[in-house]
Amino acid sequence: MKLSFILNGATVRLDAEPDRRAVDLLREELGALDVKEGCGTGECGACSVLVDGVQKLSCLMLAAQLEGRTVVTAAGLGTAEKPHPVQRAFAEHGAVQCGFCTPGMAVAAAGLLAENPAPAREDIRRAVSGNLCRCTGYVKIIDAVEAAARELAARKGKTEDAR
Amino acid sequence: MPKRHAPSLPPSPPRADALAKALGAERYAFDARPEGCLWAGAFRPGALFGPEGGMAHGRVRGVDTTAALAVPGVLRVLTAADVPGANLQGIVHKDQPVLCGEVLRHAGDPVALVLAESPEALRAGLAALRADIEPLPGVFDPEEALKKGAPQVHAGRKGGNLLLGAVIEKGDARAALKSVPVLVRGEFSTPVQEHAFLETPCGVAQLLPDGALQMTVSTQSPFRDRFEIGHALGLNPFKIRVRAPHLGGGFGGKDGATVQCLLGLAALKAGGRPVRMVWDREESILAGYKRHAVRLRYALGAERDGTLVALSCRVVFDTGAYAHLGSEVMELSMEHAAGPYRIPHVRVVGRCVYTNNPIAGAFRGFGVAQVSPAFESLMDELAEKLGLDPLALRRKNALRHGDENCSGVRLTGSAQLTDCLDAVAAHPLWTTREAWRAGAPAFTRRGVGLAAVFNGMGYGRGLADMAIAKLELTEAGGFLVYNGVPDMGQGNSSAFALLASQELNQPPSAIGLVQPDTEQCLPSGSSSAGRTTYTYGNALLKACAAMRVKLLSRAAMALFCDNLEGMELLPGMVRHRPTGKSLPLAAMAGFLSRDDRVCVAEALMPVAQNPPDTGKSFFIGFPHLLFAYAAHLARIEVDELTGRVRVCDYLAVTDGGRVLHRQGFDQQAQGGVAQGLGYALLEDFRLAEGRILTGDLSTYLIPTALDLPDIASEAVEGCEETGPHGLKGVGEVGLNGPAPAVGAALYEATGARLRDLPFTPERVLTALRKKPRRRRT
Repeated sequence: MKLSFILNGATVRLDAEPDRRAVDLLREELGALDVKEGCGTGECGACSVLVDGVQKLSCLMLAAQLEGRTVVTAAGLGTAEKPHPVQRAFAEHGAVQCGFCTPGMAVAAAGLLAENPAPAREDIRRAVSGNLCRCTGYVKIIDAVEAAARELAARKGKTEDAR
Repeated sequence: MPKRHAPSLPPSPPRADALAKALGAERYAFDARPEGCLWAGAFRPGALFGPEGGMAHGRVRGVDTTAALAVPGVLRVLTAADVPGANLQGIVHKDQPVLCGEVLRHAGDPVALVLAESPEALRAGLAALRADIEPLPGVFDPEEALKKGAPQVHAGRKGGNLLLGAVIEKGDARAALKSVPVLVRGEFSTPVQEHAFLETPCGVAQLLPDGALQMTVSTQSPFRDRFEIGHALGLNPFKIRVRAPHLGGGFGGKDGATVQCLLGLAALKAGGRPVRMVWDREESILAGYKRHAVRLRYALGAERDGTLVALSCRVVFDTGAYAHLGSEVMELSMEHAAGPYRIPHVRVVGRCVYTNNPIAGAFRGFGVAQVSPAFESLMDELAEKLGLDPLALRRKNALRHGDENCSGVRLTGSAQLTDCLDAVAAHPLWTTREAWRAGAPAFTRRGVGLAAVFNGMGYGRGLADMAIAKLELTEAGGFLVYNGVPDMGQGNSSAFALLASQELNQPPSAIGLVQPDTEQCLPSGSSSAGRTTYTYGNALLKACAAMRVKLLSRAAMALFCDNLEGMELLPGMVRHRPTGKSLPLAAMAGFLSRDDRVCVAEALMPVAQNPPDTGKSFFIGFPHLLFAYAAHLARIEVDELTGRVRVCDYLAVTDGGRVLHRQGFDQQAQGGVAQGLGYALLEDFRLAEGRILTGDLSTYLIPTALDLPDIASEAVEGCEETGPHGLKGVGEVGLNGPAPAVGAALYEATGARLRDLPFTPERVLTALRKKPRRRRT
């Protein structure tokens, strides 16, 4: 089928089998290698992407389900020059070890903060509980999401002060 | 409840790899997908369910490839007959076929390899394959496997199913145990554990026109892999190039060949095209290596004042179908069997046994995780019997610098277990424990437990633990560290960049890293054994020192200085302080030849001098000289109605010598504890006649963010004189504490000593039923 959706801010149009897994479409056709795959059965969360702002597992989605949607992967959250506060906080607070879960984890955290700008630690735990990490024990991941929330709040404060 | 302490200040600089990974920009072996690549996949008929098969031991009568070859897009189906070399892999013992031609020895054994144009064609090809396999009686219990008449896993093998029997002995434990005033005994078992790294084993390989084989693979041991592949496939190991980009986790499970030999074979038959192989999660669990399941029988004797006198221990290891590192893992178990204590009379007997179970091998905590719950449980029992405080009993017997350990090795390195115990003793989580326990909500019970643990570093005697560092001044005036030891996530390559930045007095941005590549980097051992940063770090410090002298002397020449006096290496330049004359490094790089811009240096980990006269049957690795130590504390809550255990608070105090990078140190402690808590409570690997019943992440549960507390990590800063800037390896010791600490806490909460891991709700509930509510003191 002809498929059109927005990937990390750019419109993509391509021909795809409608039942192709979204993770394969993103990785193999569109080169979005930041989207990882750890299980293919929706258990590990490594393939998480934001679809219309909501965390989804791209290994459990089919290509056709992306039609007309807005998809954001970890690479779409921020860049080296301008990382997303979550990405910067992950790096600064030691939330990254092997890093294979990290893109999906960052997507989950960014999705949480978009919805709940001031989450408690338990909220963060719940929000990332679908993303397995075998390296960190999660402590520093939760620290980082807290720090990102603080930074986002400070930014928002500044913007409001400027008005 | 005490609040978790704030992150340590001043903050460590971020790891060199962290931001790129958070941005999703890092590329792993999983992401290597060269243009026009083929796909390879293994056919493992023993794992098939239903009437078609499903067995762990069988004779291969034939493989029917006709239907598979008829699948569009399937190019080749290879069997054992197509393997050009010995068709045997294995790190120490070459006993594992790349493709099985005669016998299946476990459910994950492969009999064929399919090459296809696409993943879809590969799947269809694998599904169309048929194997004719005659079932053989299997053996799934190591003690059964040692009995006369037991099915033989490797028929005709001298020694039968016994891979290795070994003894470590000091003093006369048998006699001493007969006369000690206090004796405690116990039988324990520890389960299989799956690494569950997020990146499953994977890689790409290609045969080049000149006959060289090149491979990019998720591996902990690229330099050794060449020899394993070369032996298995009949290739010159020096014509094999292995590259190891950042790994998506390893934990021991990528030490030794996973996909390597299969991929190499596929590349040999792919007409020069690149081939990609990625194990899916189920295949990774099925065919990958596991932590050994172990049975342990212990006796521990002491004086009435708590002084330990004698210990006897027998361990039986289930290594599964192949040796892998079975003997070596058991060696570590036996060497650590008596705990981090001074005991004059010790006898440890080990047997490592083949069965038709999945292959066991290296896993963080390498044998030590299996003995820790046992010796620590007995320490608690002893404390209770003697009416002593469990922390004080440990402190009294703790190994210190200069002591002789239980293998008879004089500890010449740093040993600060007593400081770790003191830090726990002073911690609010310990001092407030009585009040906390008394505050248990309705239908819950609380308990607080502690554990003292240790973990040897390096390969041990008999196998040189060496690394060779290579450092280059780049044409731009920066530096490149050619890392020889894969970074599986522990951050060693960032530590190397940090060391180089400090030693060369350059900003972090001036230091680049080349990840392991057998062509560009130099042999440096595997990423394992708590030796990565220690050994390579020492080599790198030497290379940096040589580079500094080189740069100062070349600059002295160019600046017409008579000697190196007053010459200093500054960011981006060398300056002659007295005159203020300087030379930018980029300018210097312009007139130095490539050869002259490179420094190479090696380091060797020291081993025990005058090794004790025991442990003779270990081929390599006995004994160890340097150890990291830790004291752990767990506060748990047990649900009386469900048996579920919640870990409320956790503290790990670690002696890793000097701390180079506090954040990285805490990462290792917290990560090790997380895996240890999974091992203690959740990870219930189930087998039935060698077939895995927990073959995916929906049935084999590893901890999520909701299953773990905020693990607190504290450092006891010391100095290991032989280490780079005084550090010791801390990668493994953290895993050894949780099972014993939680076990002790469970005893306090329930009155039951659980001696079989993991402490599942079912086991806890059963124990609760047997023990009525304990009277609180």
